[in-house]
Amino acid sequence: MSVYEDGARTTGFPWISAISKFFKEHIREQGMLIALVVITVFFQIMTNGTLLQPLNITNLILQNSYIVVMALGMLLVIVAGHIDLSVGSVAGFIGAVAAVMMVQMELSPIIAVTACLIIGAVIGAVQGFWVAYMKMPAFIVTLAGMLVFRGLTLVLLQGQSIGPFPVEFQRLSSGFIPDFGVPGDLHITTLIIGVLLAGAIVYLDVRDRNNQRKFNVAVTPLPIYIIRNVLVVGAIMGLCYLLASYNGIPNVLIALFVLIGLYTFITKRSVIGRRIYALGGNVRAARLSGVNTERLTFYTFINMGVLAALAGMIFAARLNAATPKAGTGFELDVIAAAFIGGASASGGVGTVIGAVIGAFVMGVMNNGMSIIGIGIDWQQAIKGLVLLFAVFFDVLNKKKG
Amino acid sequence: MSGVILEMRNITKTFPGVKALDNVNLLVQEGEIHALVGENGAGKSTLMKVLSGVYPSGSYAGEIFFRDHECRFHDITDSEKLGIVIIHQELALIPTLSIAENLFLGHERSARAVINWNETMAMSQELLKKVGLQESPSTLVDDIGVGKQQLVEIAKALAKKVKLLILDEPTASLNESDSEALLNLLLQFKAQGISSILISHKLNEIAKVADSITVLRDGATIETLDCHKDHITEERIILGMVGRDLTHRFPPRLANIGETIFEVRDWTVYHPIHSDRKVVDSVNFYVRKGEVVGIAGLMGSGRTELAMSIFGRSYGTHISGTVRKHGKVVDVSTISKAIANGIAYATEDRKTYGLVLIEDVKNNTTLANLRAVANKAIINQPKELVVANEYRENLNIRCSSVLQKTLNLSGGNQQKVVLSKWLFANPEILLLDEPTRGIDVGAKYEIYTIINRLASEGRGIVVVSSELPEILGLCDRIYVMSEGKFIAEMSAAEASQQAIMTSIMQQQQEQKEAKSV
Repeated sequence: MSVYEDGARTTGFPWISAISKFFKEHIREQGMLIALVVITVFFQIMTNGTLLQPLNITNLILQNSYIVVMALGMLLVIVAGHIDLSVGSVAGFIGAVAAVMMVQMELSPIIAVTACLIIGAVIGAVQGFWVAYMKMPAFIVTLAGMLVFRGLTLVLLQGQSIGPFPVEFQRLSSGFIPDFGVPGDLHITTLIIGVLLAGAIVYLDVRDRNNQRKFNVAVTPLPIYIIRNVLVVGAIMGLCYLLASYNGIPNVLIALFVLIGLYTFITKRSVIGRRIYALGGNVRAARLSGVNTERLTFYTFINMGVLAALAGMIFAARLNAATPKAGTGFELDVIAAAFIGGASASGGVGTVIGAVIGAFVMGVMNNGMSIIGIGIDWQQAIKGLVLLFAVFFDVLNKKKG
Repeated sequence: MSGVILEMRNITKTFPGVKALDNVNLLVQEGEIHALVGENGAGKSTLMKVLSGVYPSGSYAGEIFFRDHECRFHDITDSEKLGIVIIHQELALIPTLSIAENLFLGHERSARAVINWNETMAMSQELLKKVGLQESPSTLVDDIGVGKQQLVEIAKALAKKVKLLILDEPTASLNESDSEALLNLLLQFKAQGISSILISHKLNEIAKVADSITVLRDGATIETLDCHKDHITEERIILGMVGRDLTHRFPPRLANIGETIFEVRDWTVYHPIHSDRKVVDSVNFYVRKGEVVGIAGLMGSGRTELAMSIFGRSYGTHISGTVRKHGKVVDVSTISKAIANGIAYATEDRKTYGLVLIEDVKNNTTLANLRAVANKAIINQPKELVVANEYRENLNIRCSSVLQKTLNLSGGNQQKVVLSKWLFANPEILLLDEPTRGIDVGAKYEIYTIINRLASEGRGIVVVSSELPEILGLCDRIYVMSEGKFIAEMSAAEASQQAIMTSIMQQQQEQKEAKSV
């Protein structure tokens, strides 16, 4: 059994071989993180430091928040072996619904937001029904959804923009968390949150490593482990420092932290998450193991609908208006984010963190290219090539493995 | 018609851990029908894959001579160029294309990439006439029955100017009259000088048409029988196929059998697509505590379908009958209910139905009973690791760690992961479908040991297998299944390969007579 010998062969230079083995196995995850860092440094230089200025960082987060939110849902859909092309239209539609409710009907934002999330869930449920129970290809169902909800958005808005939104609703996108420190100085709350977040991540990582060690599972080599944690802490603290020197953490970033944490937890620790991966990895084996594959597929689409609704509202709040064009083309950025982040088009593979990194790879490129002054035409072309090569890299990796 | 058309000399082919073919020799005369027989796993299909170039030259040892020229095929097109055409058990037709399009797929009648439809149609008609198929060439393959599809395959072989036609279980899915027609067609071809190699389990057919018979067993040539010199009976062929030393291949079995714990009554299942076809026909059986029950039968006899339909109706439609545990009727209408009622089914096809190959040993082990390692909806990871390691140790799964992907494990170890999964679900009744298919002898022994242990823990085990020695070496009681029915029941003491084969042959004979009356 050659696999057996492999594990035992690491004598001689244990660290070196362990590290090289680690890189071989994890090149995909680490690769995209490295790519994000390289792209960021590249644009930081090309924009003469504008990219990482506090104001621009804040903008970068606000601009990409809705893509990240939808990428979380899309990741689950893709892992389950499907696709959702309708998210952009659904986001636009929900923005319009929100505007009609709050601006025209003057409902309270809390009621309107709740109603919009429910409508998102219903939309997801309807599409999920066709995919899961009627066995229609998700590509077709959501392509239809894409057209339907784009059309309904136009119907609802009658071709015009509706705004402005109530101030409370606007805060969803444009607000910042309150500060307890001296106004005008560094944003203290932001720094505290940064420390807590970094501490929590390191704590969870240490706990994981100890657990793995206890059960005799190969752990990350120590040097890489330390470097990784130092980098993560450094990145979080650096980010919070930059944000603190502007207005602090935007409200929406808190929402992102919570959602990313929640979905990481769902994918890695929950029964339902594990089953979604099994379903995408081999639907027949999952079904024969007692997994209710139809219901699970149905749920992933409901989840996607809710997140698309949330993203639609964040976007509308940011523009402070619902527009007929809102959300156009979002689905492509969202799907690209998931694939750049390592999700497999055949299902069963992908991580939440990967999708988030994928979203920011696209976001940093968008933002950086805009600052440099590259036209939207070339931006599209370059983004397309990045997607192509990212996935090619993935295919190449699989062949080697 | 004289001389040798094909000679395969000392063919040896090894797969990791298994010697599939060991110095096999095959000699086919010009213009004869040569039958190739042997049990499942004897190496017939592997030998034919070597011959047709599916396993390219260099991946095996030995020589192939076709009409006295040594051949080194790199792929199927090489062998087809010489007129060696193989028709697989699963037909390789494209259902959404017409008969004519299928006939010339890959070598279309065309001039400069433009298809000449007139020529295609004319030639198709001629080919269809040769095989006696009265269908328009423009009919879609999807719209004709399996028997006719088989004829299209043969016509396709004729289109390739076939000299040596290889048929792998051609009549397995055909009814009596279609089989008859097909065999007559082979005799016709023989008269025209086309040689064929016929692989079949149906010995009565072989006895009828074959000129000579080569028997393979455990990857080696046992004998070649000349049907013209001696009178070859089915019994004579069976003797060659079986007759091997069964000691040492199975761990000693000390059965401690208790009361009946599982019972299936009047179980009838219809085909999921052809819903007028009974796949399982009023089957009754029971399993006692600590007992290993075998279900023997040829491929296509309905064994897998029986097991899967009991397990949460994962196969078939219009299922009727009752399943009892400890005398009480239990609900097995969905897979989760079947699992909850203590029934597990380990599939014959572990790669397609058994494992999530891209996931690791741990995730596969706990998949069917995730709740047992979770606090409500949250997986308790330390606990899951403990469980996975426990099964790894107990079943001796050889992997670098439980975080290794199952894709990279050997067949035997993959099978152990499938068993782990079902053992962790803690079933009282285990339905094991071909538990040792495609794994090497050493791993088989380990699996047998595990099965014995499970039985001694007081579970009831049902083993479905096409390998008769396995059934005989492992089981306390044996049911023989043929064409959807249980036709015999025998205890381990009274069972033998001859007895099982004979009862199957008799039943098929009776069926045929019943039809002709």
